[in-house]
Amino acid sequence: MIDVNVSLFRWPFRRLAGDEPAELVRNLRQKGVTQAWAGSFEALLHRDVSGVNARLAEACRRHGPGFLVPFGALNPKQPDWQEDLRRCAEVHQMPGIRLHPNYHGYTLDDPVVAELLALTARHKLRVEIALAMEDERTQYAFMRIPPVDPTPLLDLLPRLPHLRLALINAGYQGVHSTEHIPELAKTGNIYFDIARIEGIGGVARLVERTSPRRVLFGSHYPFFYFESAFLKMREAALPEEQTRAILEGNARRLLTGGE
Amino acid sequence: MKNQGISRRQFLHGASAGAAMAGVAGSRARASAGIVLSEAGNSSSFAQHFSSPAAGLVDMNTLRSLHVWDGHCHMEGFEGRTPGERMENMLRYADRMGVEGMSVFLGMQFNFHAGAAAMRKQNDEVMEAVKHARGRAVGYAFMDPDYLEACLDEINRCVRDGPLVGLKFEFDTPALANSPPLDRLMERAGELQAVVMHHTYIKTTGNMVGESTPVELAELARRHPAVRIICGHTGATWELGIPPLRRVKNVYADLSGSDPTSGFTEMAVRELGAERITFGSDIGGRSFASQLAKVMGADIPPSALPLIMGENLRRLLRPICQAKGVQL
Repeated sequence: MIDVNVSLFRWPFRRLAGDEPAELVRNLRQKGVTQAWAGSFEALLHRDVSGVNARLAEACRRHGPGFLVPFGALNPKQPDWQEDLRRCAEVHQMPGIRLHPNYHGYTLDDPVVAELLALTARHKLRVEIALAMEDERTQYAFMRIPPVDPTPLLDLLPRLPHLRLALINAGYQGVHSTEHIPELAKTGNIYFDIARIEGIGGVARLVERTSPRRVLFGSHYPFFYFESAFLKMREAALPEEQTRAILEGNARRLLTGGE
Repeated sequence: MKNQGISRRQFLHGASAGAAMAGVAGSRARASAGIVLSEAGNSSSFAQHFSSPAAGLVDMNTLRSLHVWDGHCHMEGFEGRTPGERMENMLRYADRMGVEGMSVFLGMQFNFHAGAAAMRKQNDEVMEAVKHARGRAVGYAFMDPDYLEACLDEINRCVRDGPLVGLKFEFDTPALANSPPLDRLMERAGELQAVVMHHTYIKTTGNMVGESTPVELAELARRHPAVRIICGHTGATWELGIPPLRRVKNVYADLSGSDPTSGFTEMAVRELGAERITFGSDIGGRSFASQLAKVMGADIPPSALPLIMGENLRRLLRPICQAKGVQL
């Protein structure tokens, strides 16, 4: 079972069970996870992106070699982000990056996004875009961060055929849902995780609206109880082949570059 | 006691078994970084891990042994042309997820502030759905206090003379839960021993007109200490929603209808005690899965599980159900 959506370190507004890397690894292993793609909660607010990524890489090496797969942070609104990208790929040997456009103050129709995505494709880095980290309605009052609108990707993705992209935390955005998931699914190499997919049988509906080859198992642990994603798979009651693809096969294909 | 022997160790045992079953795929290291990119491996046990009723992180036998009663269910979001068909679908998912019983309220389509007729229609649909539940669901009557006399009539029609066992409040437009019109309705709830479920939310984005928070609900509850009141969603922003309930002992915290953010259930148990928490999902807008996770994933004493998952709700419902001859 590959979990494509976990985060290391401290959530800024709450202590979480699993916010120490060793504890997170122990808990995930105990729950049957064999690999976890890890971003950093520090990526949300820290300006020293280089430091964030160095700590992430080190924690993954120290606490979960072969288990934690670091997805580095990048803020394309900060100076010399291209060097941070290069370090993710070449120094830290990360297989991908995780973007937080809403926390970093840009939208996906910003010209820098096209430049960034093209560069990640050249470095053969996978990209995760976190559409949200928490329900906007329950955020800290002085830290309101609306979800990312993925609509501009409808225009961008056809121009980036080599991009390997996953939208994580898509789905339930307060009382609204992420728009355009079916249209986005048709644009190419894009995947969706299940962490914030809601509604009865939500994962089965996501599969219907996209493809069993485009859905990834992501828990958003430790912010969410891990059991949420796990039980969603049971609630979906998908055929064995589709279950297998979501739990591991699709993530493996995204990571190894296969089609 | 029917839930003896349930412990977190059982869940962890299931988890360990799951880990062993999952196997470790073949891999190649990514140079010195020690990053493993999984390749094809023997993972034939994956499907069993999820499909076998006895396997997995939260095994079905454990869930069934908890006799889970979901205190917050809606027909909306389910397929079905009639309340009966909706109930069939609700039960199908409930069976899949180990949920034994449900409290159901509001109609096939939510319709608030739409007049007394809309309120009656929704209550009719709930009564019809409950008929098809084969004893696995109870219903509450929707109350729109804008139409106070109609609410009192509905209480008589649906609760005093009908099968419903509780009252459900949504948005008390134009006033909030602490407003005087609700006193008359609470008095009737007390006389009939009906359970009250009241929606609450604390929205950073701003509450809707007439949308109460746990603060207003706690005020109402203080005025009616004999009425059993469930605080719907516990405000959803639970760090703010739990404290107002601490000293109002006739209010219970409903876990439903918010993201499965880690720590909610632990704080509720710490601040209120497990005896004052009821599991709820808010299906079909939410899933059973994400909401069950709030309890099954929480770091709470094993003794808290059966209470939260069903015993507390059944205890609240028992007086009125016994009076009606309804077996829970």
